[in-house]
Amino acid sequence: MTDRAFTVVRAGTLTTVQDRGRAGYAHLGVPRSGALDPYAASLANRLVGNDDGAAVLETTLVGCAVRPQCAVTVAVGGAPCPVTVDGRPAPWGAAVRVPAGALLDVGSAVRGLRSYVAFAGGVAAEAVLGSRSTDLLSGLGPAALADGTVLALGAPRPVPARPEGVPWPGVPDELVLRVRWGPRDDWFTSGALRTLTSRRYRVSAASNRIGLRVEGPPLERARAGELPSEGMVLGAVQVPPDGLPVVFLADHPTTGGYPVVAVVHEPDLAAAAQAPPGTPVRFTGADAR
Amino acid sequence: MRALEVGARALLLEFRDGEEAGAFHAELLRRRAAGTLPPVRDVVPAARTVLLDGVADPRRLAAEVVAWEVPPPRWRAQPAVELPVRYDGPDLAEVAAVWGVAPREVPGIHASAEYRVAFCGFAPGFAYLTGLPEGYAVPRRATPRTAVPAGSVGLAGPYTGVYPRSSPGGWQLVGTTDAVLWDPAREPAALLAPGTRVRFVEEAG
Repeated sequence: MTDRAFTVVRAGTLTTVQDRGRAGYAHLGVPRSGALDPYAASLANRLVGNDDGAAVLETTLVGCAVRPQCAVTVAVGGAPCPVTVDGRPAPWGAAVRVPAGALLDVGSAVRGLRSYVAFAGGVAAEAVLGSRSTDLLSGLGPAALADGTVLALGAPRPVPARPEGVPWPGVPDELVLRVRWGPRDDWFTSGALRTLTSRRYRVSAASNRIGLRVEGPPLERARAGELPSEGMVLGAVQVPPDGLPVVFLADHPTTGGYPVVAVVHEPDLAAAAQAPPGTPVRFTGADAR
Repeated sequence: MRALEVGARALLLEFRDGEEAGAFHAELLRRRAAGTLPPVRDVVPAARTVLLDGVADPRRLAAEVVAWEVPPPRWRAQPAVELPVRYDGPDLAEVAAVWGVAPREVPGIHASAEYRVAFCGFAPGFAYLTGLPEGYAVPRRATPRTAVPAGSVGLAGPYTGVYPRSSPGGWQLVGTTDAVLWDPAREPAALLAPGTRVRFVEEAG
């Protein structure tokens, strides 16, 4: 049981440690952070006998490769991708035994953006304010993985024969985001509100863990100026001066001065995390007004 | 006060000004400590709003809070956090020019005001302090600095702030403190949480 750790052999474009984040510190300017697709992270965790909140790796598009120093059970979920152990194909979405010193390669996503790698016992990076999540906005938590990074693993529990499932929204062909208007919809023209829910947008390549940016028709403001800073929620659709909506994801700033026209229904954000650039986006009203 | 629903689980309370928001924030914390506030994950004050996030029934909470009688806050009853400052910032002359005083008068004016943390934001532990008398607001720098050292004391608009760590920033820098504003290993991690009283004490440069 010694050397419960793994070495990063190929970090990929952006691989971070994520759990359920550090909620409850927004008043100190601390973003929530956490896995962008929490359903996929929970599912991967359950497959290896972990609690839903154990820390996993979140990859971006091209996966990553790691070499555990001990035999460990892993599961790869989220964006479907080829998985190999020392070059031999292994299943995605299932518990896989990786021998000590073998190379686990999580390949490029076939669909979607973010794969989740759960290790039995969880990634035991140092917790900050109760969470092991990497927060890219404020720099809290472990740094994004680099080649050669060594991360410890927690103590494993028995791997369940039939783990309980989690409904996973999956990878959308078209991203449908249900919104509730407000709190600052009155800062926009009625035409702009119609535009948001009737026109097509596409996921922009400038999206990241802080926000999902979209391309499409800009929203026209009914009044000029900036708001005094106010608190921001997960899923807020903030509209900067260029008129193109930004949907706030887990690493979003806790306060902001651009008006929030609407808020996305939180369960829809997991699919947003899996929508590659170019994916069509439709905003639909979740409430009548 | 206006209560605006924010998505399905949050409420934005909007006030006339920062004073009223601060008083209401103090009342929210008092009721939360007393166990008479329904569970709320985050209470986030800002310039003239307080966001209540992670609320089971925002509409019901809205109906409740608009009826509250909020006593004027007793800031003076709280102990103040004292921040020793060397008034050696690179923007002293610029701030002095905006205030219409000599640069050597800036420390005295700045250190004689009583401050309160109105809210945090921008970075973990970065506090927006109100307390400078009206007429002492300064604009942000036209070009933000790419790196402001940790401990820098800056002014922007009506606010004073201290950079918890090195970061880019556009505030006018008037001084430096050695106080540790942010330490995740400490409880609480932020030296300056919303509502905290603060005094700047001039240190010999």
